[in-house]
Amino acid sequence: MPAKIVESKPRPFKRVDMDPITLDIIENAMLNARYEMDAVLFRTAMSPGIREQHDEFPMIANLEGKMVVGQFGSFIHGFKEAYDGTIEEGDMFLTTDPYSCNGAISHINDWLLLRPIFKDGRLIAYAAMFGHMTDVGGKVPGSLPTDAREIFEEGIRIPPTKIYKNDELQQDLLDLIMHNCRLPHWNRSDFNALVAAIRTAEKRVIELSERFGDDVFYSALDELLERNKRAMAKLIKTTVPTTKQYFEDYVCDDGLGMGPYKIKCSMWREGSKVIFDFEGTDPQSISSINFYLNEEMFKMFCGVYMIMVFDPQIMFNDGFYDLMEVHIPEGTLLKPKAPAALSCRTHALGRIFDVLGGLLGQGNPDFLCGAGFSDSPHFMYSGYDKNGEWYQLYAIGFGGIPGKPFGDGPDGHSLWPSFTNVPNEFLESYFPLRIEVYETIPDSGGAGFHRGGNGLSMGYRFLEPGEISIHDDRWLTYPWGVTGGEPGRRSEKILHRADGTIENLESKCDRIKVEANDLLYFNTWGGGGCGDPLKRPAERVAFDVKAGLVTVKGAKRYGVVLNDDLTVNEKKTHNLRAKMAKARGKPPIFDFGGSIDELKKRCKKETGHEPPRQPEFQTWVTAGMEQVKKSKPKRKAARKKKASKAA
Amino acid sequence: MSYRLGVDVGGTFTDLLLVDESSNQTFTAKVPSTPDDSSIGVLNGIERVCANAGIKPEAITHVMHGTTVATNTVLTGTGAKVGLVTTKGYKQVLQIARSFVPGGLGGWVIYNKSDPLAPLSCTVEADERMGADGKVVRPLKKGALADELKALKNENIEALTVSLINSYANGANEKEVAKIARKALPGVPVSLSSDVVPEMQEYERTITTVANSYVRPKVANYVRNLQRKLKRMMKDVQLHILRSDGGMASSKVAEAYPVNLLMSGPAGGVSGAVWIARQAGFENLLTFDMGGTSTDVALVQDGKAQLRRETTVGDVTVRASSVDVRTVGAGGGSIAHVPELTGALRVGPESAGAEPGPAAYNKGGEAPTVTDANVVLGFLPTEVRLGGDMEVRKDLAEKAIEPVAKALGLSVEQAAAGIIDIVNENMYGALRLVSVEKGYDPRDFALIGFGGAGPLHANALGKLMNSWPVIIPPGPGVLCAYGDATTRVRDEASRTFIKRFRDTSVKEVAGIFDKLAAQAEKTLEKEGVAKKDRSTTYQVDIRYHGQGLLLTVDFELKDLKRKGFKVIGDQFDEMHRQLFTFALESDKELVNLRAVAQGREASIAAGKLSRGSKKPLASAKLGSTKVFVDGRRQQADLYDRSRLKAGNEIAGPAIVLEMDSTTVILPGHVGKVDATGNILITPQA
Repeated sequence: MPAKIVESKPRPFKRVDMDPITLDIIENAMLNARYEMDAVLFRTAMSPGIREQHDEFPMIANLEGKMVVGQFGSFIHGFKEAYDGTIEEGDMFLTTDPYSCNGAISHINDWLLLRPIFKDGRLIAYAAMFGHMTDVGGKVPGSLPTDAREIFEEGIRIPPTKIYKNDELQQDLLDLIMHNCRLPHWNRSDFNALVAAIRTAEKRVIELSERFGDDVFYSALDELLERNKRAMAKLIKTTVPTTKQYFEDYVCDDGLGMGPYKIKCSMWREGSKVIFDFEGTDPQSISSINFYLNEEMFKMFCGVYMIMVFDPQIMFNDGFYDLMEVHIPEGTLLKPKAPAALSCRTHALGRIFDVLGGLLGQGNPDFLCGAGFSDSPHFMYSGYDKNGEWYQLYAIGFGGIPGKPFGDGPDGHSLWPSFTNVPNEFLESYFPLRIEVYETIPDSGGAGFHRGGNGLSMGYRFLEPGEISIHDDRWLTYPWGVTGGEPGRRSEKILHRADGTIENLESKCDRIKVEANDLLYFNTWGGGGCGDPLKRPAERVAFDVKAGLVTVKGAKRYGVVLNDDLTVNEKKTHNLRAKMAKARGKPPIFDFGGSIDELKKRCKKETGHEPPRQPEFQTWVTAGMEQVKKSKPKRKAARKKKASKAA
Repeated sequence: MSYRLGVDVGGTFTDLLLVDESSNQTFTAKVPSTPDDSSIGVLNGIERVCANAGIKPEAITHVMHGTTVATNTVLTGTGAKVGLVTTKGYKQVLQIARSFVPGGLGGWVIYNKSDPLAPLSCTVEADERMGADGKVVRPLKKGALADELKALKNENIEALTVSLINSYANGANEKEVAKIARKALPGVPVSLSSDVVPEMQEYERTITTVANSYVRPKVANYVRNLQRKLKRMMKDVQLHILRSDGGMASSKVAEAYPVNLLMSGPAGGVSGAVWIARQAGFENLLTFDMGGTSTDVALVQDGKAQLRRETTVGDVTVRASSVDVRTVGAGGGSIAHVPELTGALRVGPESAGAEPGPAAYNKGGEAPTVTDANVVLGFLPTEVRLGGDMEVRKDLAEKAIEPVAKALGLSVEQAAAGIIDIVNENMYGALRLVSVEKGYDPRDFALIGFGGAGPLHANALGKLMNSWPVIIPPGPGVLCAYGDATTRVRDEASRTFIKRFRDTSVKEVAGIFDKLAAQAEKTLEKEGVAKKDRSTTYQVDIRYHGQGLLLTVDFELKDLKRKGFKVIGDQFDEMHRQLFTFALESDKELVNLRAVAQGREASIAAGKLSRGSKKPLASAKLGSTKVFVDGRRQQADLYDRSRLKAGNEIAGPAIVLEMDSTTVILPGHVGKVDATGNILITPQA
């Protein structure tokens, strides 16, 4: 049963015409409201993950649930389909279960709040926001266990639940949830902050509706969606070919010694519609690297990416959704069946952007970017300090943005919008550690006409015994380069024990014991290069060498030879470049640094790690997939759970 | 007899305001600016204003000046070559910055990051380490650093910045570095982060200190040059520079900490607006300063401008207090366009600037600007010209706007009205940022419009905000000079002190405040402010333990000593509730402690306008023109502002002209001239 909307004074809205100016004003005001949501949340949240690194996303949708302003697209349609209850004035929904909202959020650390906005007895819009909680219980601090086999190990799972009813907080319910978290004061504050941000959006929406009239406001949101659809239709027609494009990339391993996992996607256009098909993607993993990808969210990724690459002037919203069709086979890494574990989905989530880039760019090489920092690697450190107080850090790593047709990739930055690093002085004053090294890794960015950004090296000196967990990737496969650009350098984690031994840590590991004075180098990967490195102005290469971002030896990858004083040796450079160009011939469009087989063969020698084994898939999943192929795809049974009865 | 002088150097005019300190009488002068060396214009102006007052320049004892030199140095990228010393392992602190990529999802595709303000090739590492607790973990290796610094000589750096990890907790190692640097690089000015901004967060502290070094040589040159020329004319004169936070600094202090001058210009406007509004009887106001390329807005409560602990100029954001001015890229020169894919009307942020300027000015500009829209609508009448020699061509404005009209399927006039609505909406967004979004109700505030284009748009903004009256002060340039002349000498001393209430004591905290107060007052003493004229206020930046935000709470030190932390805590809870709708039970945490010392407020008398009747003199009326407003053409009267008398009332639609600004009074509104010459616009009763 889909959700039932209860309005005290239901009346239909009237679609009215309006001048383009009013429309632009309302669009502007909606954007302002969306940014105000961020501002309120950042200022009042407590966990560094939200307030410093900004791991959160807001949205305002029209009354049908289509996103008008926001980031990741709307999930409300899926939510309404799956939720068997009422949506009433004064409700605020909380959910953390990806399986109950068709993947609107993709692991249970993300707390999603949804508020229907009512005005004068009828529904006029929705506001929603989710934020990543540092801990939601489960088997490991941080609630992101790589080795989890089921979602039940990953913390407290909340189905869509009315946490506010008639604007009254269901305190018992909230207390129950908090009781299952290791850092309840952070969760409580972050929860309050999310509520405050959503209430801000509600206030703005009602103000706008009052200012322009309900019918104008309603019609304006519709028209904004349509305007976007018209713009995107033109964009799709000019950039997506009707011939099939195809691209694949990988998540290197699953934390259990198996990998890599293939993500495969085909794309083609039929008329004004673009179709994406993930057929051929590997089955779901038995560990927690699965990423429950919501089709609508993928459309948004794709739309936004196209807008950014081809025409950043377009404002994005859900309007163009009808122009895209996405097929993700059930039981795969991107649409796992419950109760598959999901917590470490960050790698597959990030990799989707590399896949998108490769897919959209191969038909338009002038707009093709290298593979980027397609991940947000996690680092966790926890334990009891000298005074017996529990400390628990969750931090996100930063790395190399790829070279792109528009310029170099920044060094040690983030692929995700609004993410920022946590100041090291903040870390040192609140956690028992010192950051001894905080610099980008020379030559780790792929060489190219536009250089890939360097990966980041962070040296954590631990001051208390404790445990660390690491979730990283791209240690086996390379961040690939494009149109002549070379791949970036891969990631590694080296632990220098206080007793002098050195350990080469796995890319994904949980609960590694550390002692005071152990030093961990967490080295992320660089971005792929873009364009022919032999054509990069030699002066710019020399500039990077002087800056310490590229080494004298690394400059040779550009065919640039430097004198002792680091100025360009024109003659030697000219000769070397000519020689290299001849030896290389016409550069390939993609440089993956070798096939998977080759990478595996070289693995031990180059990385110090055994190559991952061929993944074993679960027979109940693969058997199911065969059946699905034969019959029509079955809709996953909606959760039959009634609305929360906490009161 | 002593006089003080306020000087505002604008792009076109230099305005001066002379105040007789014994009688509080004022004199003004306006002379053309001299952009190549603005001191020439200033000196010309001084001669003029002294002649007006019938005094000799020697009678002037204080010159108060707001300057945009620091701002322009950053905006044009013409600052010094700065060397940087960091802790080992942190050489790339500016290169990495906060790892932030602007522009939303996929924003990295088009984001190109600029090179750091201090080049990496001029950055060296010091082998040393301070702990977060302020204890030395590893002492400085001096010899190695000296060698590195000597090598920097070849880079010809013009200034050096030292910013070491955790120096906010203990600056001892930075001082050691400074000693070595002075020997290794004689003559190169050194800025220490623990001195410029002793606050947590290595990137912010470093960029702030580097910015200080970056603008320092230019500012110092400018200030010294002006000082020297002033001294030639007036032997005992003291030059003061307006700081971003609206306080005055001596020329010496301004030279050493020019990072505090980045918002000197806008701060002058806000200070002037505060003073003018107070004369008109308004203490709560929104300031609206609209120029050619951008608009600055700020909120003033109880006669005090809101401050914030951050200043942004171009893509540089530093930790320095400034009047909380929000800037939007919307001004008279903003260009309207209709992107092909969406067919939406966008205005700005691209601007036609002064060159080639709006199409109507016939200086080669062809793009449709906000000014052109104002010309098409009749708000900038072509019939009458006062002063200046700018010719306004309506035909060219229409031609420029035509393509926009075509793309939107509207008439030229409708399109022009649309451009004005959109640009007003952009500015409305900025005004909301400083008011509604901070929990203030704009209906409790008057709106004061100034700057070249402010008086044209202020009435419309008043309507959007519901902020009345809309105050249009006479002469936008003099307003800034008023700001310069009336601000107080100010200095602040601060320290990061991160402790929960329960981990410290009132005694410890009060002790630190006493020290900070002494430090700030010492600056005032050096500036010759007598003890009886000094006052000190206290502030603390505070948050719930674990939170990222900081709210600044003002309090009386004696209350803290008597009643304890509750004095601060309760006020913080209340502010948190006002801003975010909730307060928390969590522990509260002190972060920054600050003492602010100020000199006496200047008292000057506002110019009095002679009284007239309700109806303006016939000679004040210059004629009438057609304006397009509310979707139709209407007859509007034109007035000469210099002939208006106190008590005059002008019903809209009407346009009031003066030499450097034009005021629009919309239909359904009435403008009343008050005793000091302001026009107060309100909706018709």
